[in-house]
Amino acid sequence: MALFVDIEKKLGDFRLQMRFEAGNGVLALLGASGSGKSMTLKCIAGIERPDKGRIVLDGRVLFDSERHIDLPPQKRRVGYLFQQYALFPNMTVEQNIACGVRDRAARTEAVREMIRRMRLEGLEKKRPRQLSGGEQQRAALARILVNEPEVLLLDEPFSALDSHLRFRLEQEAREVIGRFGGTVLLVSHDRDEVFRLADRVALMKDGSIEAAGEKHAVFAAPRTVNGARLTGCKNISAVRALDGEHVFAQDWGLALRVDGDVTGVTHVGIRMHDVTPCPDGAGENVFRFRAAEEIENPFSVTVMLRPTEAEGAQPVGMELPKEEWAARRGAEIFAALPPEKIILLRG
Amino acid sequence: MDWFPLWNSLRIAGISTVVIFFLGILSAYYIAKAPRIVKGVLDVVLTIPLVLPPTVVGYLLLRVLGPKRPVGAWVLSVFGVRLTMTWWSAIFATSVVIFPLMYRTARAAFESFDETLAQSGQTLGLSNTYIFWRVRMPACRQGILAGTVLAFARALGEYGATSMIAGYTPGRTATISTTVYQLWRTDNDALAFRWVMVNLAISAVVLLAVNLLEKKQAPGRSG
Repeated sequence: MALFVDIEKKLGDFRLQMRFEAGNGVLALLGASGSGKSMTLKCIAGIERPDKGRIVLDGRVLFDSERHIDLPPQKRRVGYLFQQYALFPNMTVEQNIACGVRDRAARTEAVREMIRRMRLEGLEKKRPRQLSGGEQQRAALARILVNEPEVLLLDEPFSALDSHLRFRLEQEAREVIGRFGGTVLLVSHDRDEVFRLADRVALMKDGSIEAAGEKHAVFAAPRTVNGARLTGCKNISAVRALDGEHVFAQDWGLALRVDGDVTGVTHVGIRMHDVTPCPDGAGENVFRFRAAEEIENPFSVTVMLRPTEAEGAQPVGMELPKEEWAARRGAEIFAALPPEKIILLRG
Repeated sequence: MDWFPLWNSLRIAGISTVVIFFLGILSAYYIAKAPRIVKGVLDVVLTIPLVLPPTVVGYLLLRVLGPKRPVGAWVLSVFGVRLTMTWWSAIFATSVVIFPLMYRTARAAFESFDETLAQSGQTLGLSNTYIFWRVRMPACRQGILAGTVLAFARALGEYGATSMIAGYTPGRTATISTTVYQLWRTDNDALAFRWVMVNLAISAVVLLAVNLLEKKQAPGRSG
């Protein structure tokens, strides 16, 4: 199972330029809103039409501008899960699932089997608005899977949900995706959701992919400022190279030793939980800070640290468990930005 | 009492409502998808009968369908049929007058339709015809039903254009509205009053029907 996409589409000033290949497993497109994630899915499904390019699913050409191939959505065999599920409000659960069965002869049997598999027994005659959020999601997935799609496209399926419901539905979807086994494209702006569900991640900016790869690798080294932000890195500073292994972080007013090649590095980032208190004040990249602000989270504290030697500099955020902060708390504190935790960013 | 005007009014209103139901919905569907400029122009053209005096509509229709006018003369010479002064001539008049009501309510309903429903139907392999009749129409039925009933009620009450194109011939082209006018003009006040009561009763029944239909369908409405 493989999906190959190489498309371009212009919409006013916005230019979508996507090129990627997805094999079995979940590929997540992670990007801010307006980065073209959903548009990409709609082009694959045939709901939107790219200006040019090619889309090939398992050797079957869905779209090819040069050869004038543009299959209608009905013939693409793509399972599209919409954000609000798009269940037909005038039909029962059973009718919603049945209308997508292509093989008329096997319809009744296929619907019954899918209702059992998706734990929808007893809800057959209910209408979508009588279902809970979880039941709606299962009904929508049942309707898609009974149609035997060759690829699953999930368009921000959880973003409209309350957080407690969201986690549960995410786990249910995970189970279904696991059993599906084929290619799954997930579109999201939520890094946690992406990390939990995806195998591979593509970071998007302004209509194209900036970086892609296995999720652990991408989250460990996002490579660009946008990528660092998308993966949840909140401390980012512009830098000037000092020598082969030192940079000067302009926003923080700190000279840092870094691991790795500094050529072309424009920014550095460090995740808040990677900034560590250092009571004895000794070690690499250890600086004296003033605790300018404390922000209490449910299970941790974020302390905004201002370097004492650089007045007017931007603060560095440090996140640590509440107990640990309670033990170390003080108006001034030594903290380390460990070189191996500093992310080097280019552009 | 001769009940012909009642029967004639009902069949004229009924037939024109059925015709305009389809015409109005199809125009609304295609125009809603048209480019902005085309949409703007067509919208004005198709809505004009709503604001024109019915006598102006009647005049324009006579200019096209009259026996000495292009279309009327052609039909007369080819089929030997006069398009004016028959009972069904009134269908032209009522259709033109009620078209904007159907078109505008259907268009408003289509514009508030959630397009992701149609899109998901397409990805599920459902034909566009199926999606139109089984998904889009049911989702828009409140607006379309209201438009249809309004159009029927308006057709029943049409007077100006109808009297110009179909005239008033007792037992042949007389409708309730033209009959009331004739009876009042000829000082037959008692009979005119009876027809007024008939008209009031029909209007009340139509409006009651709308209310009942809406109540009955409410549970199926999407939340």
